Amino acid sequence: MTENARLSGQDLTLAYDQRVISRELAVTIPDNSFTVIVGPNACGKSTLLRALSRTLKPAQGNVLLDGQVIGSYPAKEVARRLGLLPQTSIAPDGIGVADLVARGRFPHQSFLRQWSAQDEAVVTQAMEATGVSALADRSVDELSGGQRQRVWLAMVLAQQTPLLLLDEPTTYLDIAHQMDMLDLCADLHAEQGHTLVAVLHDLNHACRYATHLIVMREGAIVAEGDPATIVTADLVEKVFGLPVRVIADPETHTPMIVPLDRRGVRRHHD
Amino acid sequence: MNKTLTPPRPTRTGHVRPRGTLAWRAHGDRLSFLLRPRTLLVCLSLLLIGALTLAVSVSVGDYEIPLSAVPSALLGFGERLDVFFVQGVRLPRALTAIGVGAALGVAGAVFQSLSRNALGSPDIIGFTSGAATGAVLAILVLGAGRLAVSLGAITGGLLTAALVYLLAMKNGVQGYRLVLVGIGASAMLASVRDYLMTRADLTDAMGAQIWMIGSLNGRGWAEVTAVWIAFALLAPPLLAVGRRLRLMELGDDTAQGLGVSIQSTQIIALTTASALTGAAIAVAGPIGFVALAAPQLARRLTRTGGATLVGSACMGATLLLLADLVALRALAPTQLPVGVVTAVIGGGYLIWLLYTEWRDGRA
Repeated sequence: MTENARLSGQDLTLAYDQRVISRELAVTIPDNSFTVIVGPNACGKSTLLRALSRTLKPAQGNVLLDGQVIGSYPAKEVARRLGLLPQTSIAPDGIGVADLVARGRFPHQSFLRQWSAQDEAVVTQAMEATGVSALADRSVDELSGGQRQRVWLAMVLAQQTPLLLLDEPTTYLDIAHQMDMLDLCADLHAEQGHTLVAVLHDLNHACRYATHLIVMREGAIVAEGDPATIVTADLVEKVFGLPVRVIADPETHTPMIVPLDRRGVRRHHD
Repeated sequence: MNKTLTPPRPTRTGHVRPRGTLAWRAHGDRLSFLLRPRTLLVCLSLLLIGALTLAVSVSVGDYEIPLSAVPSALLGFGERLDVFFVQGVRLPRALTAIGVGAALGVAGAVFQSLSRNALGSPDIIGFTSGAATGAVLAILVLGAGRLAVSLGAITGGLLTAALVYLLAMKNGVQGYRLVLVGIGASAMLASVRDYLMTRADLTDAMGAQIWMIGSLNGRGWAEVTAVWIAFALLAPPLLAVGRRLRLMELGDDTAQGLGVSIQSTQIIALTTASALTGAAIAVAGPIGFVALAAPQLARRLTRTGGATLVGSACMGATLLLLADLVALRALAPTQLPVGVVTAVIGGGYLIWLLYTEWRDGRA
């Protein structure tokens, strides 16, 4: 399976300076999947995504992109295959929406070829796909959080990469815009055939949208697969330390996590 | 506000381009550029103002040359004394101002871009202070001549820049760390200079003090050649990494995701911009605030999100030329060092910048 997938990691040890987050981690992102990585805070899910996107160099082991070590490609070559929406990005003061989205074309441009007809067509498409075309001439500063996140996504889409990595794309958004963003991601996955990898906080969102779920705890992968088969009350309790019931989401029939009511119980224990 | 759950449908037809740009393409798509008429207009206006200032600088002084006589004097015919003043004194001084100003403008834009901070100019991050200390050491301890002073300045500046960069580095270089470490280094270097001054004899100390303010007095064709050659050699590599620098303003992770190799871009940009600053300081002393103010003014006038290298060069050149004209004529017949004028302008600018940033809640 590892040999065939476009993106995988082998024997990864991931660390910041001396602090080791994960050891001997093996991970494979199935092609054409919408993979979601979940786990409690500080379980190493964003660290894994950073390693997969080559923004963190593994202390040991390799991330393979199309069969080669990701660090062995020229920077622009990786950027033509793999797009990244990091947790935090900085919009320079006064930058326009279309200007920001257009920067996603960098890996396809050169010094003498800075704005081809294709660049223009792709930027237009990316903005249409994310519903920000009407905002093209606005400043990014003026936008709401939800609009801004769509603009950043448009920038990454303009890269035209088969693989898209999103680090907590719904953080800081209200519930309506969270669903909005996830619907958009699901559409990109279904209609445009992108392989998506997202780190999400909300387990219910993950179960609803993921075609492949990776559950992490203390730097290790505890379970992975189709949410409908792997998400059980036992798993959630083991990973998050929270007793729950798992029922079918009345809307999508995917697993839905409902925490047990412990209000009376807890007081007696304490 | 966009509060709907379904994405708004596209409302415009046709293609989207960054606002205020025109596309220019030739040979299919092999040559294609985004033109910004506003930036072009700002640069042309600055060049025009610069040209007018140049004409005035060449004509006014204790020995007045009527504007009508300037062109012939420039070309070397006309009255002998006119030709002497124009070709021998005033023109090289003005051309030095243009070269130094352009160099400081570009270098400032690069430093600010790298540090993602409007205060991240070579003045603030310790480079200028390092160069001044190197030069003062050369003057006071080695009793050096002008060339050696220049070398001392360049060495001091580059050493300080390297040190500040290394001290600020921890998983890559963060902009605010660069600024804070630079401020610390500047303060320490200032005390070294103060100490040296207290130990020096009066004439040497005066010479060092004047050098430290930054001046264009008495600069001739040798300085013009030096600074223009440095600019011609060092500006192209900076232009080549200019687009990468603009992407790095989006954050390191985002820039890397877009295909920018962060460390090599940082190193190329930092060494080249340091060398450019070094050349400017070697020629004219540490003229303050041009590198700080020019990129920000250019950016606000051109309304580009992010630094504009060409705009900053034009702005720096015109600013310094204007400042030098003021330095020459404000208290005539006394000639002020141009550094005094840029400090007054730059100080006012800095207060305004901090004030607007505080008001907008960004600093």
